[in-house]
Amino acid sequence: MSNQGVGAAIPRKEDRRFLLGKGQYTDDIRLPDQLYAHIVRSPYAHARIAAVRKSKAQAAPGVVAIFTGADLAADQVGGLPCGWGITNKDGSPMVEPPHPALASDRARHVGDPVALVVAETKAQAKDAAAELEIEYEPLPAVAHLADAVAAGAPQVWEQARGNVCFDWHLGDQAACDAAFAKANKVVEIELTNNRLIPNAMEPRCAIGHYDAANDHYTLYTTSQNPHVIRLLMSAFTLKVPEHKLRVVAPDVGGGFGSKIYHYAEELLVMWASRKLGQPVKWTAERSESFMSDAHGRDHVTKAQLALDKEGRFLGLRVQTLANLGAYLSTFAPAVPTYLYATLLSGPYHLPAIYAEVKAIFTHTVPVDAYRGAGRPEASYLVERLVDKAARETGIDKVEIRRRNFIPPEKFPYQTAVALQYDIGNYQATLDLALKAIDYRGFEKRKAESAGRGKLRGIGISTYIEACGIAPSAVVGSLGARAALYEAATVRVHPTGGVTVMTGSHSHGQGHETTFAQLVVERLGIPLDSVEIVHGDTDKIPFGMGTYGSRSIAVGGSAIVRALDKVVAKGKKIAAHLLEASEADVEFKDGKFVVVGTDRAKAFAEVAFAAYVPHNYPHETLEPGLEESAFYDPKNFTFPAGCHVVEVEVDPETGVTRVVDVAVADDVGRVINPLLVEGQIHGGLAQGIGQALYEQCVYEKDGQLLSGSMMSYCLPRASDLPNFKVGNHVTPCTHNPLGVKGVGEVGAIGVPPAVINAVLDALAPLGVKDITMPATPEKVWSAIQAAKRQRA
Amino acid sequence: MFKVTLQVNHKAHTAEVEPRTLLVELLRDQLRLTGTHVGCDTSQCGACVVLVGGKSVKSCTMLALEADGTEVVTVEGLAQGDKLHPVQTAFHEHHGLQCGFCTPGILMSAVDLLARTNRPTEHDVREWLDGNLCRCTGYHNIVKAVLSAADKMRGGKS
Repeated sequence: MSNQGVGAAIPRKEDRRFLLGKGQYTDDIRLPDQLYAHIVRSPYAHARIAAVRKSKAQAAPGVVAIFTGADLAADQVGGLPCGWGITNKDGSPMVEPPHPALASDRARHVGDPVALVVAETKAQAKDAAAELEIEYEPLPAVAHLADAVAAGAPQVWEQARGNVCFDWHLGDQAACDAAFAKANKVVEIELTNNRLIPNAMEPRCAIGHYDAANDHYTLYTTSQNPHVIRLLMSAFTLKVPEHKLRVVAPDVGGGFGSKIYHYAEELLVMWASRKLGQPVKWTAERSESFMSDAHGRDHVTKAQLALDKEGRFLGLRVQTLANLGAYLSTFAPAVPTYLYATLLSGPYHLPAIYAEVKAIFTHTVPVDAYRGAGRPEASYLVERLVDKAARETGIDKVEIRRRNFIPPEKFPYQTAVALQYDIGNYQATLDLALKAIDYRGFEKRKAESAGRGKLRGIGISTYIEACGIAPSAVVGSLGARAALYEAATVRVHPTGGVTVMTGSHSHGQGHETTFAQLVVERLGIPLDSVEIVHGDTDKIPFGMGTYGSRSIAVGGSAIVRALDKVVAKGKKIAAHLLEASEADVEFKDGKFVVVGTDRAKAFAEVAFAAYVPHNYPHETLEPGLEESAFYDPKNFTFPAGCHVVEVEVDPETGVTRVVDVAVADDVGRVINPLLVEGQIHGGLAQGIGQALYEQCVYEKDGQLLSGSMMSYCLPRASDLPNFKVGNHVTPCTHNPLGVKGVGEVGAIGVPPAVINAVLDALAPLGVKDITMPATPEKVWSAIQAAKRQRA
Repeated sequence: MFKVTLQVNHKAHTAEVEPRTLLVELLRDQLRLTGTHVGCDTSQCGACVVLVGGKSVKSCTMLALEADGTEVVTVEGLAQGDKLHPVQTAFHEHHGLQCGFCTPGILMSAVDLLARTNRPTEHDVREWLDGNLCRCTGYHNIVKAVLSAADKMRGGKS
């Protein structure tokens, strides 16, 4: 079966239903007697809600009920919890304001839910919502980081003075000061990591169904982690016990982080269904997604890099302001801290690092993890800074990276910011990527572009990331309020087929294929004999879900552990059937064999004996062949690599095109190369989107200007080139598969490569800085400004 | 309410619709053909593309009443029984889909492109798919799949 096992580039099992239009996404589900909800959202960034007058809307055709925050309070429905606590520099806890599902006294961002209108049809709910009279008293608002920290800025929360949620640091300040004191050269940079809106293609949707006869709750929702949603609803918001609550995340149309969190709408439809005795469905319109899905990034950072006279890095100081929006989303505090500052060493030997992060409330949509989450912000900072150091010291940009890489023999490597990298070979991925793009031939291509009036530039990024989150004890000590292991159950059926229940969730990743390949590899049965079940809390014992590129490294490892247990029990059964000692039985090529003989039992024979135990060691073994395992990783995994980008800039218009991309990534052992490449392609597109196209724009007063796909530029097929994808494997040392994770590398590695390429193209004109996204207007303006300066 | 009669996937349907009902709402909510998706509210994403009279149309830009008397093909009508359309097969073989949400619209757009030209270039495919957003694949494998389907449909080798 090796052509279907680990390493096989096989197409996906799950494709067929999607290709036939038979996928079942949440909005495709229609329950009998289903009602429809429309959420009325604040049009103001900051306003006092003086009154809500329901009567006119209540009288509209088809309206069943209208609910406000007062109704939730009367039922003692809980606010949305935050899953991660941060401790300030001074030892005090972060400010943790309340987060009600419906704002009742004050709205704090455009899109903040204020009322829920439930009607017999979707159109009726929307029509009635337009009739709902809400009296707002607009208040001063603040959206941008610089404004929010200014003296006298409007306050988002009274208890968060100066709008500071937390003031946190990491690293050894004294060691860093000493490093800077002996530096020959200090390079400084100030940059912004632009705010993004995730835009998974499927808008969020939720259906709550309360079954009064059985006192049982079912929530269908677009989630990356149904068990986490069940846990949070059970413990904090809905407050019904978990055995009474089923959460189903069926086919989910992309997540990229935005579907990790427990959102107000999930709670509202579930609660409303209990109140009304009928299922209640809500489906986001895309404009609602823009103002209610958690946003990503939004950092402003100053940093200084100290170098010795040979260009070796001595120390790094970082000061970051991170925008958290108006409320704390589920994992928000972890993103600009433990997923960001811990990655500031990059792939480099950097003896001293000191990072300070202030997280700031603003009157904007909550910010949380979006593909990469903290790590793209770190790689963008480090790789822009390294390029700047190369320019200022005159050392070649490839050479300065080689000179500072952690060499392969130095692993495991303890960084100055808490992580211990287990393995890597940064030189190898750099060499591969440079070869793939024909780095030596660049000057010729540049001349050719110049002949057409275009400026060509080449940019490099050598990034690292930490994924496969995470060791529970470690994240617990860092403020995580949950553990982050993963669970799996392997159920072998009497005739030898296998169902695997996994706590990971697939929303495009292809787990139904890759996870099945793990079973094929271990048990030697055909791919078609394996079914992967995910996304339903009633079918799967437990799980922490899919985010942070953790599915294969943590969820896959749990499956491997459960498979090991299946084989171990199978050996006992086979030993009995073969009348051999258990120690003499080995499992090989799908058979239990008595070593050194031709006596063997096929896997299916052993499975059958387990369920039809006519001849069975009843005294020592229970019948059945089903095993569960929890896997808690020992460490993070550390994918790394090199992304090289070539751009062409039209100096007349400022239009920048990515004309070539070559990447070489080390994502550890590869289970399915076809799917791994697909993950990298998708991450690259989102990373190029961040660098050239995407920008969430808030007016200073908190109005969302980029509120639809008309005004927020997502990359299209015609904006992107083909991608050259290569890999170099150093297997992870601490999980049973040697895997690292691949979901985020594209989005983490490529943005600095794009901007470094743009700056390389514009360097002859004297342009030294450009902010993301490098839109034609910005590039053109930078060219004009440089011209004026030279004149 | 108004009556609309149309062929969908070679089957006659009659439905009562409001003047404001969109074709995509008729397909999804009344005919329960949920393979056609709604990914935006500004006609930008193309997840709702179907064929009307053989031409690709964003079914969120067309009123159900405008579809009266037309022949509509949705993603559910592409395969012939168990046999996938060559474009569907190519998307499977080349991993041209991940979450699958944009896929129906992209398949229908691609089918229209290949009806218009049997030898598109990579540039043609990228320009043609400008009306379809995909957030998962980076388009690389989508483009590869469409080019491969064109090859197969010409009887050539991919």
